[in-house]
Amino acid sequence: MPTVDLAETKLRDLNSALHKLPHDTNETRWIVANPGGKHAIACGVSLPITVEIEGHVGYYCAGMNSAATVVIRGNAGVGVAENMMSGQVRVTGDASQAAGATGNGGLLVIEGNASARCGISMKGIDIVVKGSIGAMSAFMAQSGNLVVLGDAGEALGDSIYEARLFVRGSVASLGADCIEKQMNQQDRAELNAVLARAEISGVSADDFKLYGSARRLYHFHVDNADAY
Amino acid sequence: MSAQDPTASASQRTLPRYSATFDPHAISEIRRAAATGIYDIRGGGAKRKVPHFDDLLFLGASISRYPLEGYREKCGTGVMLGTRFAKSPIELKIPVTIAGMSFGALSGPAKEALGRGASASGTSTTTGDGGMTAEERSHSRTLVYQYLPSRYGMNPEDLRKADAIEVVIGQGAKPGGGGMLLGQKISARVAKMRNLPEGIDQRSACRHPDWTGPDDLEIKIEELRELTDWEKPIYVKVGASRPYYDTALAAKAGADVVVLDGMQGGTAATQDVFIENVGLPILAAIRPAVQALQDLGLHRKVQLIVSGGIRTGADVAKALALGADAVAIGTAALIALGDNDPNLEEEYRKLGTTAGAYDDWHEGRDPAGITTQDPVLAARLDPVKAGRRLANYLAVLTLECQTIARACGKSHVHNLEPEDLVALTVEAAAMAGVPLAGTNWIPGKF
Repeated sequence: MPTVDLAETKLRDLNSALHKLPHDTNETRWIVANPGGKHAIACGVSLPITVEIEGHVGYYCAGMNSAATVVIRGNAGVGVAENMMSGQVRVTGDASQAAGATGNGGLLVIEGNASARCGISMKGIDIVVKGSIGAMSAFMAQSGNLVVLGDAGEALGDSIYEARLFVRGSVASLGADCIEKQMNQQDRAELNAVLARAEISGVSADDFKLYGSARRLYHFHVDNADAY
Repeated sequence: MSAQDPTASASQRTLPRYSATFDPHAISEIRRAAATGIYDIRGGGAKRKVPHFDDLLFLGASISRYPLEGYREKCGTGVMLGTRFAKSPIELKIPVTIAGMSFGALSGPAKEALGRGASASGTSTTTGDGGMTAEERSHSRTLVYQYLPSRYGMNPEDLRKADAIEVVIGQGAKPGGGGMLLGQKISARVAKMRNLPEGIDQRSACRHPDWTGPDDLEIKIEELRELTDWEKPIYVKVGASRPYYDTALAAKAGADVVVLDGMQGGTAATQDVFIENVGLPILAAIRPAVQALQDLGLHRKVQLIVSGGIRTGADVAKALALGADAVAIGTAALIALGDNDPNLEEEYRKLGTTAGAYDDWHEGRDPAGITTQDPVLAARLDPVKAGRRLANYLAVLTLECQTIARACGKSHVHNLEPEDLVALTVEAAAMAGVPLAGTNWIPGKF
């Protein structure tokens, strides 16, 4: 089990080592000590290994992650798990802005709160936030599921496409073209599956409200001018 | 006598006179707006007349400057891009690259033709908003992968397959505007690549989703370098608006290459009012960008690619003389492939336009098969023949540029300099920072 102390080892050396791992590596569990808020820690990992980071991280931790499980035992800076393709990223603390931005797949779990623009332009990723999320979250969200056990800030889901937003608490306001929707069986099943993958129990799907696209802005039309 | 009296003879009446302000085009736009209630969307770059390279002349050799023999003495054209930080900089044979244009905006055969033509000429081509296709990668020897606000199709595998990464902040046709692709062109394949519902009017974001401002850009570039193990050159592309500060900030953020696009540079689709009224002509942008690099001691260390209205080898030579390391072409490359071909005049007329003026690229009905996703229309473009036409055109641009450079006594096109130029107008002299022809006067220089 390799342990890399970022107080002594350069970030470049850590990421290079993670990128060079062979597909059949037996070094499947990595510990990163003293991350010290450094940026781009464990970005671009493309193997099903586990990277456990013991402390706070800066911007873009686990960016473009594919297949790996990255656990951040602390808070995460801007853009944690940005553009993730697959795998799982878990933040035990809070996350800054743009958590899970443009993510294509995989699961991002934030055990604390997430700041503004959580899930911005998400493209298939599932994001679960145990706390609350900030303003403009799920802006232009294309697909995937954003599950929030707390509250959502202003302009949730502005200009949303086909992503599903499940919020258990209050929503300060909805953005352009985002509306509350009736939850059907498939939505409920999907929500339960995401909660199970996030290892969250004791929460009922019935406590959530579903928000999504009214699809009124899908085509340019003069009648929509006020929304643009 | 004016025309109030309908019985007056022709000699007693003046001709009907159009207003210079409310000219026929302005009137047609007012009528169009009143009929539809929505702004006009079109492709291409600014069509208004702006100060341009036509307003500059080379001085050539004289008693104090020796020319090179046109067909005997070497005049180099090679350019290295990404020498600042990248482990694998790009080496191009010619200083003319192909600008970013998306699969989606362009048909598959058009993208393939761009790759073929560029590769045959020893230069690079560039992806666009929508990701990298396998065909494009396989036909492009050197491929620059754009990193755009939308992040459509963005993935680490393609990032690592690219030869360079271009972080797009903006483009000349619409600095401050996001991409746009209307429903007619959101085919099943385009929709899948972009993760969007088929047939919708797609709006791309105008800002990157996970960073704001130059300090964040520095961290974003660091991430891209870490993702690709510091191998790929990182370009930063900006629309020409505040070229001095944008170039300085891009360089400060760690760019290997700055791409500066003037308002004549084309877009697949944007509001006409945006294209014609926002941004700078490229002539006004090059010298401030070069000055920024010189002030930082980074001229020629951070390379500068300029674009927007490059048509001839003379334009290439003038851009290089003003301090650019290379140019990029988009509109001219499409024309070389066959866009706006007079042989298609009958079909252009059916679309309500004429060859040379066709710019409704967003409608996807391009009879040349270039700016379309209609498989029948797209099949009209032979990518091998079109690629050859592009290679021919690139060869002519290079030969023309060399011809001028040799006449100025330069053994490499990069040795061209502002001292080789004069301007025909006061405006061009001020923008290019070269003397008005026949004088020593550079307006604005103290």
